Amino acid sequence: MRILIIEDDGQTSAYVSKGLTECGYLVDIASNGKEGLVRAVSEDYDLAIIDRMLPELDGLSIVETLRRANKDTPIIFLSALGGVSDRVKGLRSGGDDYLVKPFAFSELLARVEALLRRPASRAVETNLRVADLEMNLLARQITRCGQTIELQPREFRLLEYLMRHAGQVVTRTMLLENVWDYLFDPQTNVIDVHISRLRQKIDKNFEPALLHTVRGAGYSLRGPD
Amino acid sequence: MANTRPTASSHNRRLFHSRIFRLALIYLCLFTASVLGLLGFIYWSATESVTRQIDSTIDAEITGLAEQYNQRGLVGLIQAIERRAGKAGETRGLYILADKAFEPLAGNLSRWPDELPDQEGWVTFRLEYPDDDGGSANFGRARVFDLGKGIHLLVGHDIQERSRIASSIRGTLIWSVVVTIGVSLVGGILMSRSLLRQIDTINETSREIMAGDMSRRIPIGKRGDEIDEVAGNLNAMLDQIERLLAGMSEISDNIAHDLRTPISRLRTGLESALIGQPDPEGYREAVRKAIEEADNILKTFNALLSIAQAEAGATEAQFESVDLDALLQDVSELYEPLAEEQDIKLKLDLAQSARLDGDRNLLFQAVANLVDNALKFSPKNSVVTISLLGGLEDNQKPDISKIVVADQGPGIPDQSDRKRVLERFHRLEASRSTPGNGLGLSLVAAVAKLHGGTLELDDNAPGLRATLSLPQS
Repeated sequence: MRILIIEDDGQTSAYVSKGLTECGYLVDIASNGKEGLVRAVSEDYDLAIIDRMLPELDGLSIVETLRRANKDTPIIFLSALGGVSDRVKGLRSGGDDYLVKPFAFSELLARVEALLRRPASRAVETNLRVADLEMNLLARQITRCGQTIELQPREFRLLEYLMRHAGQVVTRTMLLENVWDYLFDPQTNVIDVHISRLRQKIDKNFEPALLHTVRGAGYSLRGPD
Repeated sequence: MANTRPTASSHNRRLFHSRIFRLALIYLCLFTASVLGLLGFIYWSATESVTRQIDSTIDAEITGLAEQYNQRGLVGLIQAIERRAGKAGETRGLYILADKAFEPLAGNLSRWPDELPDQEGWVTFRLEYPDDDGGSANFGRARVFDLGKGIHLLVGHDIQERSRIASSIRGTLIWSVVVTIGVSLVGGILMSRSLLRQIDTINETSREIMAGDMSRRIPIGKRGDEIDEVAGNLNAMLDQIERLLAGMSEISDNIAHDLRTPISRLRTGLESALIGQPDPEGYREAVRKAIEEADNILKTFNALLSIAQAEAGATEAQFESVDLDALLQDVSELYEPLAEEQDIKLKLDLAQSARLDGDRNLLFQAVANLVDNALKFSPKNSVVTISLLGGLEDNQKPDISKIVVADQGPGIPDQSDRKRVLERFHRLEASRSTPGNGLGLSLVAAVAKLHGGTLELDDNAPGLRATLSLPQS
């Protein structure tokens, strides 16, 4: 998996690149907008991480140019501009995700993985399955080991998101953004309580546990290897 | 400041260069021109009417004399002329009958005038005698006739009257123009002076403010004119700037205080790990602690940023129609498990539905902060109520939505404390031990302000009742 980082701050790019390399990705770094655009157009990357404010050519223009050239490389914006309007602008220009600096590497990694494992085809899935946990999206029914599990609507959405990203780390912010659909900073770990409730329902009477807490990062739903 | 104060001569120079003075000058020119035009017309029409009157008198006399001549011939004419000439002191008539050589035969003129008449026989000529006032030369206006047989007749009138009227009008005219120019000039200078003085006050105040005295304000007059309005607006702007500056210096003080502590804690932790040379697991633990500390710092930082953005109104562009009851349902649903875990009942009371234009993320954050706060301070087995009220009790403002979050915790007994908790980083001593950065309520207040509303804290007897009042669009 090849990842392109377009970032003018050497320390940030070195730090991100080191982290991603350790996770097994091949990383290229471009330190200005023009160089970044040339690389993104001429080579095939699986994902690009692009800063908004860059010398020579800003991140928004790079992404707009790429999208016009029909390059659908998944793109994560990395920016110090954290207002909601900045985020909307970034996503409208063709970015797939938007992360505000300063950020935790675990958050970036989780988002990178979520984007990379996004199903290539947008075919509508009606069934999700992780180990013996099954979700029927049409009947809105969940079973584990053949036993039906009753979930509240929000718990259903939470579990659906986790199942769609099975095997990956999902951060609390990602859950707030995608399951609750709000951009905000909870002062307490409200999400944790929802997770433990969900865990009660899907893991308590079964073996093995599927919903794991990843310390310092978030959660991961995965079956036994 | 003294050296920038204008000296008397520079003051005058400024006066003559001032816009209002230029306007006064232009006004003066226009006014003078119109006075000149008006009086010129009066002069012209007055002299014209006097001339016409003289001409018609002359014509009447001629008709009379012609009758005498026709009935009684030359002798009758001479008699009539002599008779009329005798009364010339009152009528101011002029008569002369002359022979072939223009030698006078009768009349009150000593000789035939040298001036030549026009085609109709009218002539204006200089009289031998001076006018009554002993002034300059006197003139007469007359008509001449050739009676045939070498006899010439001149009938006229002296035009002293006309000259007097004309000269009196001329005098009036000159005086009016002089007075007009004088009055306008003085008025212009006075007007410019008073306006300049007001503007100088504004300038002086601005200079003092630029020099660093932010507390200065422009004095506002009692008349409420446009200059006072400008001054009032400038003062309001200065108030706002001062408030913002105060907010800014307060926030930097607070950042210095509340971020320095965790950052130095972070640094100390890392340093002691480095000095202590623990085993790999010890290092791991130290790094984990450091990350946790850094996350807290980021959280505080983000909260500060959100407050700053909400206060600056920067996010107003993101306003959309927000369904408040749906938003409250979401908040309640998000916090319900947390409440249950703490044995607190979270009650949602939606008496009515409401929509308003706002930033849904910030509104959600605000209500979440209130609920978070309520849960933090609530004892077990108590109730936290989230309710949505219209401004029904308050008929004056029916289009205000009130989001009320009430708990049964200790509340904030002291009235002045209730105000202070809205300030950034302010945490009541009692709550120091609970987690939080002291920014929650000030963010709520900032969000309320961004939406043109208010946050009020009241006694819920027992507990705290936080009311977020938001005007509907």
